[in-house]
Amino acid sequence: MYLILGENGAGKSTLLRVIAGLIHPSHGKLAILDSGDLKTVRPQLGYMAHASMLYDELSGRENLAYFAALYGIRVQATGDRAMRTVGLDPELDRRVGQYSQGMRQRLSLARAILNDPRILLLDEPFSNVDIGSARDMTRLLGSMRDSGKTIFLVTHQPALLEGVADESVYMSAGRIVERVQHRASSATLQAAEAQP
Amino acid sequence: MSVLSVLRITLAKDLRMEWRSKDAINSMLFFALLVVVIFSFSFDLTADESRQIAGGLIWVALLFAAVVALNQTWARELRNQVLDAYRVSPAPAESLFLAKTIGNFLFVAILELLMTPLFIVFYNLRSIGPVYQLILASVLGNWALVVNGTFFGAMSIRTRSREVLLPLILFPISIPALLAMVGATTSTLTGEGSAHLSLVFLAVYDVVFTLLGLFLFETVLQAE
Repeated sequence: MYLILGENGAGKSTLLRVIAGLIHPSHGKLAILDSGDLKTVRPQLGYMAHASMLYDELSGRENLAYFAALYGIRVQATGDRAMRTVGLDPELDRRVGQYSQGMRQRLSLARAILNDPRILLLDEPFSNVDIGSARDMTRLLGSMRDSGKTIFLVTHQPALLEGVADESVYMSAGRIVERVQHRASSATLQAAEAQP
Repeated sequence: MSVLSVLRITLAKDLRMEWRSKDAINSMLFFALLVVVIFSFSFDLTADESRQIAGGLIWVALLFAAVVALNQTWARELRNQVLDAYRVSPAPAESLFLAKTIGNFLFVAILELLMTPLFIVFYNLRSIGPVYQLILASVLGNWALVVNGTFFGAMSIRTRSREVLLPLILFPISIPALLAMVGATTSTLTGEGSAHLSLVFLAVYDVVFTLLGLFLFETVLQAE
């Protein structure tokens, strides 16, 4: 898990958008999973942005069913499982427009992990989320990291991921200015989980 | 996943959202209704005169009303940046284009169905030519409007004044189709001349612009 840190305007979100293929790099080349062709890699990517990337007029379940279908997943259980994973009730028959900000964030994370991606790009997943929910999300991300997924996470709250992140990448004016390795492991994650 | 399966689920999603919000249908209907009422009170026409001008009136009303729906269709995708979720997925761009076009076609078709009795009553219309030609002109003309509108709507969504830009791009490119739609409708209503050439032109126009849209849409979708 890579934490991408830096001041506002440092280029953190832009970096994620470049990796997600939403922006073309102004120079240089992008290769993901040994491939320079992003089209072939898209099924392996999960992206969560600042905005929820969800339809307000649909329920959580309907949203996930639609986005799952874009990845060729037509099984309702997949969306339900993703909702339960982030602590939401799939039976909740409420439109996303009526969700609280925290619930939207959780559902947005559920959307990003629907396709079981190998690379997960998360842009400030803890913004507007209460501390308890943020810890729950941290545990989930830690377990995903332990299962072999690569996570790039932009945040202004690095303390939440202490003991979980493997490396912090500091950015300034669009460039990586510092990289700090951490030694995170399942053991340290469990220790972090055990904290009240 | 196939183009058709993604097309089907995207279309179903759009129809469900429109059914719940009725944003596009309500605003289109209100706009078209205003045009019909205002023109009917502005002119005191005989039945013959009505038949002469109704073709132009109907299609101008539908063209302006369609722009409302076309703006709505992409505005939904921009809210919460949902379009980006589609862009990062492996789903084919053509499916999105076709689903949006078919969705808009259905919305305008519903509008046509609702407006037809009003046009008949307000303008005292009765077709002298064969009615099937009117139906054919409605279907082909509707597709001509929405296929270009959907494509150029997608092109203009990232601009600041997209509501203004869409008609500015769409109207000039729709002029040949509009002339054919009005020609076919007027010929059929008045029974003068043949609508055949106009209908063939519309069919060719539809095929050409549908293929162009399909070919270019991925570039438009993935543009920054």
